[in-house]
Amino acid sequence: MTAMLQIQQVSKRFTLHNQNGAELQVLSRVDLSVAPGECLVLDGPSGMGKSTLLKLIYANYRPSSGRIEMRQSDGRMLELSAASPRELVRMRRDTVGYVSQFLRVIPRVAALDVVAEPLIEDAADPTAALEAARDQARVWLARLRIPERLWHLPPATFSGGEQQRINIARNMIKPRPLLLLDEPTASLDAANTQTVIELIQEALARGAALIGIFHDASVGAAVATRRIDVAKFRSAA
Amino acid sequence: MTSSESTLPLLRVRNVSKRYGDRVALQEASFELWPGEVMAVVGESGSGKSTLLNAIAARSRPDLGQVEFLGRDGRLQDIHAMNEAQQRLLARTDWGFVHQNPADGLRMDVSAGANVGERLMGLGERHYGRLRATAEDWLERVEIDAARIDDAPRTFSGGMRQRLQIARNLVTSPRLVFMDEPTSGLDVSVQARLLDLLRQLTRQMQLAVVIVTHDLAVARLLAHRMMVMQRGRVVESGLTDRVLDDPQHPYTQLLVSSVLQP
Repeated sequence: MTAMLQIQQVSKRFTLHNQNGAELQVLSRVDLSVAPGECLVLDGPSGMGKSTLLKLIYANYRPSSGRIEMRQSDGRMLELSAASPRELVRMRRDTVGYVSQFLRVIPRVAALDVVAEPLIEDAADPTAALEAARDQARVWLARLRIPERLWHLPPATFSGGEQQRINIARNMIKPRPLLLLDEPTASLDAANTQTVIELIQEALARGAALIGIFHDASVGAAVATRRIDVAKFRSAA
Repeated sequence: MTSSESTLPLLRVRNVSKRYGDRVALQEASFELWPGEVMAVVGESGSGKSTLLNAIAARSRPDLGQVEFLGRDGRLQDIHAMNEAQQRLLARTDWGFVHQNPADGLRMDVSAGANVGERLMGLGERHYGRLRATAEDWLERVEIDAARIDDAPRTFSGGMRQRLQIARNLVTSPRLVFMDEPTSGLDVSVQARLLDLLRQLTRQMQLAVVIVTHDLAVARLLAHRMMVMQRGRVVESGLTDRVLDDPQHPYTQLLVSSVLQP
């Protein structure tokens, strides 16, 4: 099967220039590849670089060395360190979604539109596409049990669990072929955790590739098709 | 970004340099900007970001280098090789320029409606009813009560003035807008509204924007990509969140770590 994502010999080291050039070696020589329909779960104690790996794949961090290639909507493999900002913006729009633990709040924008927004980003006429996108957003908000009275309010004042569910809806509503999940159920109750497991399984069923970090072992067990211990990518140093 | 894409950038800046006497204000800045892209230029005062903005917006001539803009005919044109009339036409049709101080971009003693209509009149629109209807429409888009259409901006609050300046610039549907610290003169509560408005309008109109700001949060919210300047040089550039979350250059690291997180 053709890979959705291919990582070769990737290392990540942070150089802190204002701390006398201190160096933090986080990951060394990561090799892995993920195919459509696979859910790769990253294991290992905290501080091992699991989140760092997801951020490298999302082009939020730049690798110190090595190659990260991701299949784009036109079938081409894009190598992230050589890609232009424009290619990376398009990659995030069309190819890869990232669910972090925290919602980055946009002032004044209602929860409904925060969730609908990814669906209208590439619309030729965003105003026309907005109503259809809001219809879909309502389905996601209802499914994730966000009370209807909150839909028209900006999420800034919502609880941690509510913000996390808004974040899941916003980043999963568009069926992108690769999804990165960083503890998506960390502040959710049992019912919502179960819903997220179902959403992940539905994404896998439509052929998406997933890479996830799950603090809750039962969630990982429910969705993993393969597991990898990130500790093996720690350098001896 | 739309799917109908040109193979040429909207703006191509190559090796632009400028000195003031002995002082190097800008050294070999180069970048390309594509339709729909919002790029923030950050750095402290004196870093060269305003010099860069003025050079690429044809407001001052660089000593060296080239600035090309993609005309409606699909060809890149050297903006500093144009005559003044051509530059002025560009500045009031395809370009917008939003100043930090609204008084620099508005006519403070003529009505809000006339401020919005001026660029359209410059393009030959003379029909009073249409001009007024367009002005009303734009006042509402920037959340100014259309009942204020006959009032002069001198009677407006700072936030309203800045929103009026934005309407005045966007009325001709420009393809490229330059912004010089558009939020920095405003109270924080007023800033949020303006930022949200700018965010909506740039997306709806697929505007390409070069925004100069010293506020990293503004860059994070509005810009796809950013350029960090220090002492006239571009020291780092890339996706906005990559530059902010994984800064490589010592100066960028210092800048990012100096911000207080609320």
